[in-house]
Amino acid sequence: MKKKIEANREFGFETRCLHSGQIPDAATGSRAVPIYQTSSYVFDDAEHAASLFNLQTFGNVYARISNPTTSVFEERVASIENGRAAVALSSGMAAITVTLTAICEMGDHIVASKALYGGTHTLLTVNLKKFGISTTLVDPDSIESFREAIQSNTKAIFIETIGNPAINIIDIQKVAGVAREAGVPLIVDNTFPTPFLCQPLNWGADIVVHSATKFIGGHGTTLGGVVVESGSFPWDNGKFSGMTEPSPGYHDIKFFETFGDFALSMKIRMEQLRVLGPSLSPFNSFLLLQGLETLPIRMERHCKNALQIAHFLESHPRVKWVSYPGLPLSKYHKLAKRYLPMGAGGILSFGIEGGVEAGKRFIENLTFSSHLANVGDSKTLVIHPASTTHRQMNYEQQIASGVLPELVRISVGLETLDDIIWDIDQSIAKSTESSK
Amino acid sequence: MLNENQALIELFQQFRKFAIIGVSQTWQRPSNFVGKYLLNHGYTVYPVNPHYQSVLGQVCFSSLSAIPYPVEIAVCFRRPESLKALIPELLKKEVKVLWLQLGVINEQVKDEAESKGIQVIMDRCVKIEHARLFGGLNFMGVNTKVITSKRSRIVFN
Repeated sequence: MKKKIEANREFGFETRCLHSGQIPDAATGSRAVPIYQTSSYVFDDAEHAASLFNLQTFGNVYARISNPTTSVFEERVASIENGRAAVALSSGMAAITVTLTAICEMGDHIVASKALYGGTHTLLTVNLKKFGISTTLVDPDSIESFREAIQSNTKAIFIETIGNPAINIIDIQKVAGVAREAGVPLIVDNTFPTPFLCQPLNWGADIVVHSATKFIGGHGTTLGGVVVESGSFPWDNGKFSGMTEPSPGYHDIKFFETFGDFALSMKIRMEQLRVLGPSLSPFNSFLLLQGLETLPIRMERHCKNALQIAHFLESHPRVKWVSYPGLPLSKYHKLAKRYLPMGAGGILSFGIEGGVEAGKRFIENLTFSSHLANVGDSKTLVIHPASTTHRQMNYEQQIASGVLPELVRISVGLETLDDIIWDIDQSIAKSTESSK
Repeated sequence: MLNENQALIELFQQFRKFAIIGVSQTWQRPSNFVGKYLLNHGYTVYPVNPHYQSVLGQVCFSSLSAIPYPVEIAVCFRRPESLKALIPELLKKEVKVLWLQLGVINEQVKDEAESKGIQVIMDRCVKIEHARLFGGLNFMGVNTKVITSKRSRIVFN
């Protein structure tokens, strides 16, 4: 009589990149994920509507809160990050903003690495400060500096797996230890490696955020962001009343009691997304899903090309320094082997002889490599951060974040490797002529 | 051989009569959510709580034994230490499944109930598991771990 029950199969990363989140729909059986380009969804009757609004039935009410195309994307990212649940947003910055504002209140404090994307740096030091949330920026290479910065009102630690643009790597497991001691979640921006190369939740992080615009989308077409929660953070440890007490923002629901291990996602969805409004469009979700399908094979090639280019630059007589954790001489090589065993990502930075001016000329003399403010496209991209992405910082802040004046960042694309090397080589030759 | 997901799907298809022990009258409480959800999905729900006459428009019973109809699944929202006394009632009512909600953990009671032929599911939410497998939870971005190329046989929402 008693049936034998076996454990569910654990599917592999590539399978999940293609299948997680989609059950072919009942109406059409469409194999591709349909684009549900709609603002709202009809209710069966008044009772059904009430029950959806009260969250007593899970379902779609209004596309600012949820959409069936977007929810496939959300579940797929949750799956490949080994998370419990995810919420998609209109950009990576929106993902970081809703996460921090869901967790922190006026008077709270955040500890963050100094080596951050310029937009995140501004969010922490300017925008959140305006709302009474303060941040201490610390040396990403010193675990002690994270520990020392913790205050009684600290509510989160924020780091990037691979720092932008210094290409530094943080010892995630050790920072997670500091976060656990302090009883606060560790939030990791995992944009640069993507879950193919590193899954921070497996190393003790509690929340992962992404700019999906980058390698996840992978083709430079689509803005998007996503936040993933592990489901294992103890929100009832006494520090997070917003998770355990009745929510004035949504019908006095106690999020942690009602939704347990996906409480943060529900809080972000019902309080932040519903009210602040940075929803991802269904069409963008569709494009990001297309990107995810080929993420594993694209990342393999991005890493392979980047390593070869790093070797080339390292041995180039007019290149002063190269920062790529995949190089054995890199000070982050040991951490890269631990956290990024399949490759150190597609992004590297370097400085050529001739300082700032030579750096700018290098960017202008390239032929097909594109000068623009993005990374993670299939095409090779370059930028001079000191004069663009990080220019809102003053000189001291730039140096502290690892933005040296001559630093050039390359997001290595999927063109023929010899062609990318050729383009870099000819541009270095032209750009350093006067400094010889 | 069934896997865990298929076994739960069969459970929800085979059994239709639920008792919700420790149900609350307050609509924001998880126990009330679960009752409402099950009613919305066509299941029979018998609320059990000695403090109320009726919950969710259904007659509320003072105990499991007081329900004059068959019960197949007993969903439990009570404190883990109070569960031991429930076992004779489960046997008397010939309940097939004891479902202990999130945080309702009692290994001793689980072992005892299982040894008497009652299937026990512990530290999981009926509503979340049903919505995970039959649709709904996927709209909330939750990792349902369902991977299939089979067309959905129900219309969600």
